[in-house]
Amino acid sequence: MFRMKTPLLISIVFAGFSLHAAACMARDHIDIVGSSTVYPFATVVAEQFGKATRYKTPKVEATGTGGGFKLFCGGIGVKYPDISNASRRIKKSEYLMCRSHGVDEIVEVKIGYDGIVLANSRKTGPLALSRRDIFLALAKSVPASDDSEKLVPNPYRTWKDVNPALPSFRIEVLGPPPTSGTRDAFLELAMEGGGRTFKWIDALKKKDKQKFKSICHTIREDGAYIEAGENDNLIVQKLEANPHAVGIFGFSFLDQNADKIQGAVIDGVEPTFDAIAEGEYPVSRPLYFYVKKVHVGVIPGIDAYLSEFTREKAWGEDGYLSDRGLIPMPEDERRKFRDDALKLRILDLDQLGH
Amino acid sequence: MSNHRPKSGKKIGSMEIVSRGLDRRYGAERRFRFMGVAALVTSIVFLSLLFINIIGTGYSAFQQTFVKLDVNFDPHMVSAEDPASANYPGLIKKAMRSLFPEVKKRRDKRKLYSLVSTGASFQLQKIVESDPTVIGTRQSVWVPADDEVDMLMKGHVDRNVPETERRLKDVQIQWIDRLIEQGRLKKSFNTIFFTSGDSRNPELAGILGAVVGSFYTLLVTLALSFPAGVATAVYLEEFAPKNRWTDIIEVNINNLAAVPSIVFGLLGLAVFINFFGFPRSSPLVGGLVLSLMTLPTIIIASRASLQSVPPSIRDAALALGASRVQMVVHHVLPLALPGMLTGTIIGMARALGETAPLLMIGMVAFIVDIPSNIIDPASVLPVQIYLWSDSPERGFLERMSAAIMVLLVFLMVMNLVAVILRKRFERRW
Repeated sequence: MFRMKTPLLISIVFAGFSLHAAACMARDHIDIVGSSTVYPFATVVAEQFGKATRYKTPKVEATGTGGGFKLFCGGIGVKYPDISNASRRIKKSEYLMCRSHGVDEIVEVKIGYDGIVLANSRKTGPLALSRRDIFLALAKSVPASDDSEKLVPNPYRTWKDVNPALPSFRIEVLGPPPTSGTRDAFLELAMEGGGRTFKWIDALKKKDKQKFKSICHTIREDGAYIEAGENDNLIVQKLEANPHAVGIFGFSFLDQNADKIQGAVIDGVEPTFDAIAEGEYPVSRPLYFYVKKVHVGVIPGIDAYLSEFTREKAWGEDGYLSDRGLIPMPEDERRKFRDDALKLRILDLDQLGH
Repeated sequence: MSNHRPKSGKKIGSMEIVSRGLDRRYGAERRFRFMGVAALVTSIVFLSLLFINIIGTGYSAFQQTFVKLDVNFDPHMVSAEDPASANYPGLIKKAMRSLFPEVKKRRDKRKLYSLVSTGASFQLQKIVESDPTVIGTRQSVWVPADDEVDMLMKGHVDRNVPETERRLKDVQIQWIDRLIEQGRLKKSFNTIFFTSGDSRNPELAGILGAVVGSFYTLLVTLALSFPAGVATAVYLEEFAPKNRWTDIIEVNINNLAAVPSIVFGLLGLAVFINFFGFPRSSPLVGGLVLSLMTLPTIIIASRASLQSVPPSIRDAALALGASRVQMVVHHVLPLALPGMLTGTIIGMARALGETAPLLMIGMVAFIVDIPSNIIDPASVLPVQIYLWSDSPERGFLERMSAAIMVLLVFLMVMNLVAVILRKRFERRW
């Protein structure tokens, strides 16, 4: 009897204790998930917020944009995150997923811009690329060289094959994996931009969107594009070791490592802070975060966090986020989004494009 | 063969046969030994390369650059009643301006202020809160310098590269040189690294949060997996009948030990977080997941050490009238315990170095506050290393290596304890 009962008793007591613990776990810190591109900025704000206010420091997890929305849209309550960072706008499908789980009041806050740079080691000369070059170098199938509107498997081995003005290095690009928001933005801005320089591909965009996407969004798989994981520091190290390789990452990594790597000039524009801020640099994208309105006031400090993030001292032109490589929005846009954030204006489905 | 002696006159003695083959046999032995030594040397070379690399980049993180500022705790700016609301960044800026009165332009002033860490103002706040009598006085305070200054002082920034490719501008380097001349910049032991949690500023980042998180996680792991593991092993070894079912259980325990750890993370996410609703990122869930992972290791080690207790001990106890529980608890278990503990410690050391399962349950996160119980959000040491390796700021590189050193020290201590336990209590029959 003794032998049988004791372990049973222990496990019942333990289970009882743990369920009890689970039942009375209210959360007193803000829970943030989402994009690893926004992570460096959100963490700086979170730390500043935790030190300067009486609230606890928010917990920030880098789950990737898509993974973040999955958690964020899971439902309402302390189990689910309050804020989701995104390196692209929320998709309609994600918005609807949120709604189907009872999360129908979301506040959208745009925080600034990020440039996607193609960089190589300073040991070799800087590259001057056009988006067409990028498309031709990285797409899985490219238009045949005889203007026949046919696709052929990408035949180009070196940059010189793509464009005679470029150096004769083998094409070797280290870039983010498909789960990354940086990759999504790169496909949309650089690859689509490059594909659309061909008239017939541009025409496809209206006629056959599926085909257009499959042409522009399919990256070659023959070893010229190397998926380098989400760790951008590692890419920087690999670029240093291999001066002929090119890396794709966010502007902040170029900004921090400008003594080791240099950004390629794209369509004649150098990736500098000012060029991205003024919208001249073609491969730049807005960054966002999304807030669950019903959590405001339940989880302590969300409104204060919004106020901290949207302060001029944080996201303004001379703010501490710009020191970290975030490209600020123009002043009127900043004013509008701060106003929206503080008043918790809800995002409508019709505001989302496609 | 040897008992068929050749009958011809030219006898070959067995000694001769042996000595003919001797060279070959010695040669084989030499080659074998050489290969063994070569393998050993290769692994030692790789290991020492690893250590040299880590220690070479990490040792400088144990030092930190501080700036001496003469701060005037102006009663107009700081009030004793409400020290939290004072403008501490203003105090720092004032102190910096008084050092370089010639800096007038707004842009230059910003460059000047950026030489001091943003943590400096919080340090002043702590000073005032702990001793309000400083208000109205002028004090010399050593505050942490910005990580860029720290990198320059440690020689990680090359002064010779063109100004546009550096984060520190020429004028800032001139100011730094002047501070050095005045004795206002010094490197001293980096206590911040051991006493604070994570930060996005390398000069303020520390590992205490991760160490405490690791401690709580391992506490939960130990509390669950050791009793459960030992009880399972004792039951299977001493009480369970040997039949098909116990065979299946045994095979599955061995399988479980070989399951990749990420799978346990997925299980933890599905069961502990989604079903039981335990808080994400907490050491409770982390410990539960890691105990699933270490349980098979402990069971296997415990069973092996129970098997090594000679049956005569059991027979003697039973013959003297002990019940089976008495036999196990009074005689077998004490003799098997050192081996069990060794297995447990090695399992724990493995759990200490694990990140993959924790990724799934949200422990890979930016957490500043130091956890105070098992349901606070926490990260662990290897996760902290991973997070720092992914940060763009240069200063995190050395901190990452330093954190690896700390992790290695913990692992070595744990393994050393395992060895000592074995040496002291092991009995051979």
